[in-house]
Amino acid sequence: MKNFFKIFSFLVLLFGFSTNLNCAEKVEYLKTDWSFKGLFGKFDRGALQRGYQVYTEVCASCHSMKYLSYRNLAEKGGPEFSVAQAKAIASSFEVSDGPNDDGEMFTRPGKLSDKFVMPYDNVKAAQAANGGAYPPDMSVLVKARGGGVDYIYSLLQGYEEPPAGVTLDDGVYYNKYMYGNKIKMPNQLSDGLVEYADGTEASVEQMSKDVTTFLMWSAEPHLESRHRMGFKAIVYLIILTILVYFSMKRIWSRIETKI
Amino acid sequence: MSDHEYIPKSKFGKWFNDRLPLLTLANHLTDYPTPKNLNYWWTFGGILTFCLITQIVTGLVLAMHYIAHADMAFDSVEHIMRDVNYGWLIRYIHANGASMFFLAVYIHIFRSLFYGSYKAPREIIWIIGIIIYLLMMAAAFLGYVLPWGQMSFWGATVITNLFSAIPLVGEGIVTWLWGGYSVDNPTLTRFFTLHYLIPFLILGLVVLHIWALHVPGNNNPVGIDIKKPSKDTVPFHPYIVIKDGFALLMFMIVFAFFVFYTPNILGHADNYIEANPLVTPAHIVPEWYLLPFYAILRSVPDKLLGVVAMLSAILILAALPWLDTSKIRSAVFRPLYRQFYWILVADVLILGYVGAMPAEGLYLLIARVATAYYFLHFLIILPILGFREKTMPLPLSITEPVLGGSQNLALVKDRKKFEN
Amino acid sequence: MSEKKTNRRDFLFTATYAVGAVGVGATIWPMIDTMNPDASVKALASTEVDVSTVDPGKTITVLWRGKPVFIRRRTQDEIAEAKSVKMEELKHPEKDEDRAKNPEWLVMLGVCTHLGCVPLDQKGDYNGWFCPCHGSHYDISGRIRKGPAPTNMEIPEYKFVNSNTIKIG
Repeated sequence: MKNFFKIFSFLVLLFGFSTNLNCAEKVEYLKTDWSFKGLFGKFDRGALQRGYQVYTEVCASCHSMKYLSYRNLAEKGGPEFSVAQAKAIASSFEVSDGPNDDGEMFTRPGKLSDKFVMPYDNVKAAQAANGGAYPPDMSVLVKARGGGVDYIYSLLQGYEEPPAGVTLDDGVYYNKYMYGNKIKMPNQLSDGLVEYADGTEASVEQMSKDVTTFLMWSAEPHLESRHRMGFKAIVYLIILTILVYFSMKRIWSRIETKI
Repeated sequence: MSDHEYIPKSKFGKWFNDRLPLLTLANHLTDYPTPKNLNYWWTFGGILTFCLITQIVTGLVLAMHYIAHADMAFDSVEHIMRDVNYGWLIRYIHANGASMFFLAVYIHIFRSLFYGSYKAPREIIWIIGIIIYLLMMAAAFLGYVLPWGQMSFWGATVITNLFSAIPLVGEGIVTWLWGGYSVDNPTLTRFFTLHYLIPFLILGLVVLHIWALHVPGNNNPVGIDIKKPSKDTVPFHPYIVIKDGFALLMFMIVFAFFVFYTPNILGHADNYIEANPLVTPAHIVPEWYLLPFYAILRSVPDKLLGVVAMLSAILILAALPWLDTSKIRSAVFRPLYRQFYWILVADVLILGYVGAMPAEGLYLLIARVATAYYFLHFLIILPILGFREKTMPLPLSITEPVLGGSQNLALVKDRKKFEN
Repeated sequence: MSEKKTNRRDFLFTATYAVGAVGVGATIWPMIDTMNPDASVKALASTEVDVSTVDPGKTITVLWRGKPVFIRRRTQDEIAEAKSVKMEELKHPEKDEDRAKNPEWLVMLGVCTHLGCVPLDQKGDYNGWFCPCHGSHYDISGRIRKGPAPTNMEIPEYKFVNSNTIKIG
């Protein structure tokens, strides 16, 4: 049995490590402590609310978030705006609806059940407005990039003057964390760009952290309940395993074989 | 098969059993005499049954919410993840369940290789097992296409294009598989249909696999034939049931850790980008469980021969009962085979590693050497070893090592292996 | 007498099997054929592209039958380079003249002949295309020069409807 556990745990470890192979990146990302990591990780509500503010005021002019609805802003485990606040946010957007009885499309203030309003009607329009590059939808962006939150966090702060010998075309910028270092998105953040409702100082680092937290939530809206349930499930499994282990000992003691 | 005739106690039971002998079957399964020295490597059969049932049940629930359409598949998966009650849980169990299924099946296969479980009279069990493994790979590949992300799309393109290597009819077959001139909506709908079908084929084959097992009975770590039932065996229930249950629970703890704490680590980030036929991801890699075969495919410079090599690497396993010429089953009594066995394990791990790396330079060289060794092991080393190897004397019964009195046993170096 | 009887019975059984097999085959074929491209997919078989806005040295990509088609307006240098390659150096020898009827325009399926990925523009060792999947290098005529792909990138059927419009398919 000892042998078995040795080899099995080796296999599991190997399995765990080998999965990191693909994500092994050459660049070292900027590090920060994320509140949502770890067994009991939870989102920082303040960061989520501030992150939403950065998203609407800065990112939303180019990046859509098509899988989010305004109701999500008031849901548990998210930014947890009050329902009244979320309604106010929703109604500040014009949503196109229809056709009405006359067959015409019309616009109306947004409702909680509406999806986030998109900056462009379609991908082509987004490309046309951004020099051919489509600003990716940000709903699951954190999960769609190898480095995850660390990558997004670093990228937002990674703008630099290109080193000697690197020439950039018009509308292309140098970012040391971008794959290939050339990025179509200009640097967006500067100190004091937004005025946070809760009085937090809006440094570039702070805004990067907040908006990245917000993106993590939008990619994994059920992260908190996943962590809570995971802990309960694993504790339950361990208790049951111990009970079954001793039952097994009892049953096998009827015959003279070690187990 | 148990020799005694089972007669139900109750009158109704007897009446029913005379018409449909289900109770006889149940009695056979509970009383089934199992070698009592089976170690924990033998618990993976039960674990695999659990994996199959888990995939079928979670898959059924997911299919109620999933939409198999190129324009809606990605959205419907996000709908499951966000809006469906516990949808995220079911999807993560299903996605990680596939990986856990393969982890378990590889342990199951390598256990069989170590203890010679594929040898006479268990060849049919082994061959059915290989077919199940092939169907598992097909189901996993088809399932990976369904979320319609970038890896789904390009994985489907690369794998279906393997068929174009067939001379003359290849292109026609690929068009037929796609239902168009590229991977597109018709491809997605048929992949969904087949993905739903294959698990039930696997289920049927699992029944045959177990049926074929129950004819000769289990092999065991010592690898000798035993009398059944005898003092060497225990009834399946409760002894093996509780032991399998214990192992399964430990397996579930690992499983739960992946599902709840690192649900995306086994997937690829690019699959959270919706499929785009105009952009190929920079680095296409299959899921980890297919990497060794992917490495073999890429190690051969010719397209057709690469495909042939990859298929042979799997099909060669079906011929294993005849390639291994040794009469001794368990590697415990085969000192040389034991060493080659661990070299093979290392070889397959290396193939898996280089499969994840770009196919160039040193990696390509390593892949070629490892591929060559893989075939060398099965085609040359195993047949010759059977004649040349000086094996150790077998004990007379499996209780002998347990009681520890055998002269033969003193010769066996790591007797701990089967005492566990 | 008895021998004759056996023969006749053999013939009867063989005929029964044969007729039965025809019926089974005729029933199965429609099932198999449903999986082939359907009428609506086939209807998209050709497409017309306006190329008047493409500058020399640029490539546009259009979708045809769900696959990308590269249309490159080549510069004089590139044409000269494509024509200068010796046939012995090629894995799949094809003259540039046979691939580009009008040497200024290269129209080809942007699909790597190895396993169907889309090669990247202006990359690779031969100044043409490079496939990121398994590292095939193509030259400026779309011919395979290095890597696992067996043949050159395919040239679809196309013609110039007028000097600004290409009809593919």
